[in-house]
Amino acid sequence: MSRIAESLIPEARLTDLNREEMSRYSRHLLLPEVGLEGQKRLKASRVLIVGTGGLGAPLALYLAAAGVGVIGLADFDTVEVSNLQRQIIHSQRDVDRPKVASAQDRLKSLNPQLKVVTYNLRLTSDNALSILKEYDVVADGTDNFPTRYLLNDACVFLGRPLVYGSIYQFEGQASVFQAGRGPCYRCLFPTPPSPGLSPSCGEAGVMGVLPGIIGCIQAAETIKLILGGAETLAGRLLLFDAWLMKFTELSIERDPACPVCGEQPTITELIDYEHFCGLNREETGPPVESLTALELKARLDRGDQLQIIDIREPHERAVFKFPGGRAMPFGQIIRRKEEFDPSVDAVFICKVGQRSLFAIRSLREAGYQGRLFNLKDGLNSWARDVDPSLPQY
Amino acid sequence: MITVLIPTALRSFTERQGAVQLEAGTVGQAVAALAENYPDLKQHLYDDQGQLRSFVNLFVGGRNVKTLEGLATPLAEGETLTLVPAIAGGRDA
Repeated sequence: MSRIAESLIPEARLTDLNREEMSRYSRHLLLPEVGLEGQKRLKASRVLIVGTGGLGAPLALYLAAAGVGVIGLADFDTVEVSNLQRQIIHSQRDVDRPKVASAQDRLKSLNPQLKVVTYNLRLTSDNALSILKEYDVVADGTDNFPTRYLLNDACVFLGRPLVYGSIYQFEGQASVFQAGRGPCYRCLFPTPPSPGLSPSCGEAGVMGVLPGIIGCIQAAETIKLILGGAETLAGRLLLFDAWLMKFTELSIERDPACPVCGEQPTITELIDYEHFCGLNREETGPPVESLTALELKARLDRGDQLQIIDIREPHERAVFKFPGGRAMPFGQIIRRKEEFDPSVDAVFICKVGQRSLFAIRSLREAGYQGRLFNLKDGLNSWARDVDPSLPQY
Repeated sequence: MITVLIPTALRSFTERQGAVQLEAGTVGQAVAALAENYPDLKQHLYDDQGQLRSFVNLFVGGRNVKTLEGLATPLAEGETLTLVPAIAGGRDA
């Protein structure tokens, strides 16, 4: 199988460039691999970018600058001040605005000839196919597994290439999932990790330039798919480690047993992706007793004997320490379970109350018999409801 | 000795180690030894039935062991096993 892909854009859709466009795209016209024909293909192309965050920001900016004709932006979120550390399409004045509106303004000021279509909504199994089918290529700038699997399956069903990027702390992944030229995302990862293992950037942190680098790789791959004639990342998974400044390339193959793109697919329409990713487990899993910040405060004021276990990482505790909390990072709970006293109520605390929930479940599964409480909504709720002098980081 | 490269997403279970040296002749032995050394990691590598979870891919020499001999894939002295998990980052959940 040739690794060189043909252009996604048929000849019949190409239109001429005007004088202004000739000037604007001069540095593309000088490249024999792009030239006038390539620039016409970019002008005729329609790209959907899902997520207007860390990955979507550089993706959208470079595609707009490159002369892509239509950019669709799908995001349901609003701009928060903590986004500005990496989501460079948004500015201070955009805080609290819908991300797609903020991004649209920025893109239109960069390139007035660009047409932007905004979808201020969450992509779901009900709306995904009708939106995606309007585009030649889909770029994945999402931050969560349900949307990622939804996009993968929808792209397989519609025969659209999916330009994949994903990030975690200092590490990124990029690839192109294109039917006939390599695997889909499910060939690689048939099922997602349990929710306890996939903390968001809001819990785990991320180096701001990392999505910039991965998003730019996605932009390059998107442009190459439109131009044709280039060797894309289809069939290859690119790993990037910003801390070691190291790229690793791995070979990935289509799985003939893949439930979506395999020889005998068992998934032939979009499914319930929240359920698939185990996100409803809170309701279906074993119940965990919780305390609100105010309830915990009341018990402390009463002088109740409690074991308060702060499962945050050392660098998070450096932001602020919880008085009376015993430090035991999330990843050491099982190994150190003998240190707990089963006769005393234990309260697990973390930043947002998610890791603590999984810590409690893991400890139960490991056979711990004492009473365990989760601080609901974590130390952020403590900072909000009990001690506003503390930062919500 | 072989080297197992641990992705950031799993390093909180390996005392922040990014590379772990082990004695192992096959991929299966290497993963078992890793789970043995880091009990907090074990539940994330294996499911309740003792099967390896499918969100972690194992690569030797740039190839996925699924396309080699799976867990029976031999590891030569000094070889590197790379763990590649599914990751998802972006904005707050």
